[in-house]
Amino acid sequence: MSPRPKLAVWKFASCDGCQLTLLDCEDELLAVAGQVDIAYFLEASRAIVKGPYDVSLVEGSITTAEDAERIRRVRASSRFLITIGACATAGGIQALRNFADVEEFTSAVYARPDYIQTLETSTPIADHVPVDFELRGCPIDKGQLLEVLTAHLHGRKPVIPNHSVCLDCKRRGTVCVMVASGTPCLGPVTHTGCGALCPAYARGCYACFGPSESANTVSLAARLGMLGARPGDLTRMFRTFNAGAEPFRKESTAHDAQSAR
Amino acid sequence: MTHKAPGSRTLRTDALARVEGEGAMVVHVRKGRVTDVQLRIYEPPRFFEAFLRGRRYTEPPDITARICGICPVAYQMSSCQAIEDALGITVDGPLRELRRLLYCGEWIESHALHIYLLHAPDFLGYQSAIEMAADHREIVERGLRLKKVGNEILEVVGGRAIHPINVRVGGFYRAPTRSDFTKLAESLRWARDASLETVRMVAGFDFPDFEQDYEFVALRHPTEYAILDGRIVSNKGIDIAVRDFDDTFTELHVPHSTALHSRVRDRGFYFVGPLARYSLNSAQLAPVAREAAAEAGLGPECRNPFQSIIVRAVETLHACDEALRIIENYEVPDRPFVDAQARAGVGHGCTEAPRGILYHRYEIDAEGLIKTARIVPPTSQNQAQIEDDLLRFVEPRIEMPAEELTLRCEQAIRNYDPCISCATHFLDLRIEREP
Repeated sequence: MSPRPKLAVWKFASCDGCQLTLLDCEDELLAVAGQVDIAYFLEASRAIVKGPYDVSLVEGSITTAEDAERIRRVRASSRFLITIGACATAGGIQALRNFADVEEFTSAVYARPDYIQTLETSTPIADHVPVDFELRGCPIDKGQLLEVLTAHLHGRKPVIPNHSVCLDCKRRGTVCVMVASGTPCLGPVTHTGCGALCPAYARGCYACFGPSESANTVSLAARLGMLGARPGDLTRMFRTFNAGAEPFRKESTAHDAQSAR
Repeated sequence: MTHKAPGSRTLRTDALARVEGEGAMVVHVRKGRVTDVQLRIYEPPRFFEAFLRGRRYTEPPDITARICGICPVAYQMSSCQAIEDALGITVDGPLRELRRLLYCGEWIESHALHIYLLHAPDFLGYQSAIEMAADHREIVERGLRLKKVGNEILEVVGGRAIHPINVRVGGFYRAPTRSDFTKLAESLRWARDASLETVRMVAGFDFPDFEQDYEFVALRHPTEYAILDGRIVSNKGIDIAVRDFDDTFTELHVPHSTALHSRVRDRGFYFVGPLARYSLNSAQLAPVAREAAAEAGLGPECRNPFQSIIVRAVETLHACDEALRIIENYEVPDRPFVDAQARAGVGHGCTEAPRGILYHRYEIDAEGLIKTARIVPPTSQNQAQIEDDLLRFVEPRIEMPAEELTLRCEQAIRNYDPCISCATHFLDLRIEREP
């Protein structure tokens, strides 16, 4: 029997929530630990097994020169690299700096900006190294995480759909909040994965999982405008946890220019 | 940097594990004296306070939740409270109770995570809970199940366990029905028993003799063991309204950290979190939690941070009991939220995150856009206190074998359940000795 595959979990700029998702698999954690050798997972263990690693889960975005170097070392020691969450796949909420002046940000938060060293942008892992699989979400979904790990253990392709949240609302029988009550909702352009939670709680989707495949943001923005959203509102709606994802970046910038005019 | 002066010794652990986030620790020892201690936090800054400017007053609950995946509810509650304060609205009755219930869920989840997965392995001699499970499977399974009950509350009330979606300024998007709680009540009854067993288990651990004269700072409520609101008090005379936070506390920016250090003005560092809450408010715990604490050998206050694991277990028991009480008395509110119209103002909010008080302040303009934001997380408040603990802990134990002393230092840091993602990451611990 071949030895258990070695799993490593890495953190870059992030909130820890996506790696916590692994510890939140309360019913499955010990079973997973039986199937893989958890070789590097600082949040959970002091024990560190040297690489190379069969599977690396990478949380967080690249915001410093050191981290841009570190991710190269992680890539070099990983056979299969999976990015987990909006920070790793799109730059996260901290990518809001990409639309601003970082020096000004630093002096707004810190008394001694000269102590702070940071890049001007927050960028996804795939901007720096090749990534084998991307798992979306802020935070990621635990079922999807287990699916990706299980699929990898069995040598098959993970089944992670990429349709929009709308389809999930139809499936769970949630009445459309935008049609029925005029609530602005980003569901039509948002990647599936959360289970269409927000509309089930009578609120519009706010796009934690980022853009779905071939998201028609222009058309949705026009509809949201008819519901009363102004350019500044539209910019803010598309500019949250996945602000750096290209379709959202483009759409938010289009309305930013309008509000500036 | 590894200093290798002739005849000196350098102890080094490259990565401190089982904390939330990553950082570095350096302890300098020279001629049997600790000359310097630095808890280095160099998580890349994420600039929340900067990019909150220009966002709408409705957004901080969702945005600031992303500061921390372990305690998002704390960020949601402190931000809601601060914004509601600025708007001049009050959220009370069943909506306040629902918020407390949600918060109990976060305490249970976060405390169970820390007790079982992060801290207990130190006391039982394992590298991780997963390794510990090989010998003590039933203990680890109980911890995981307890943690899951906390997450169940977060899912029922908040919509999901990490970054709940149901919280808004003024209350909730949708209020749960009574029947939503049927299964949860059953889980909580199990969790209450399991928490009691947890208190008994951790009370039997070995604790180093290490009591300090701390300044404990926590919220105090007239009738409750404060979680959601109250005045900020200390055992050394602080008794202020939340809006006076800045008059009493100040933050320093030190070169070795991207988290700011907090101080009581003109006095020094202070201690927030379970030990502070317990020492200031233990008389207000649920009777079952008070009895368990007494049985575990705790007095009305506890000044040994290594025993914080017992206090966390006592607080978990309290939170389970309190959550059950809230569910049993729950009346569905008429509306899930109070209307929150934009108006210019300044507001302050402070709640008890699992790791201690979390302060938010927002200045909002007449259009409802945020002009300035300030957030003071518990771990940055504890940072200077952690450094002081290490200094006092290492000195009398300077002859201890290197490996053991390093482990004990890590444990001393874990006493605070530091959330470095909140403050900010990268913890690598080393003790540098010179003769």
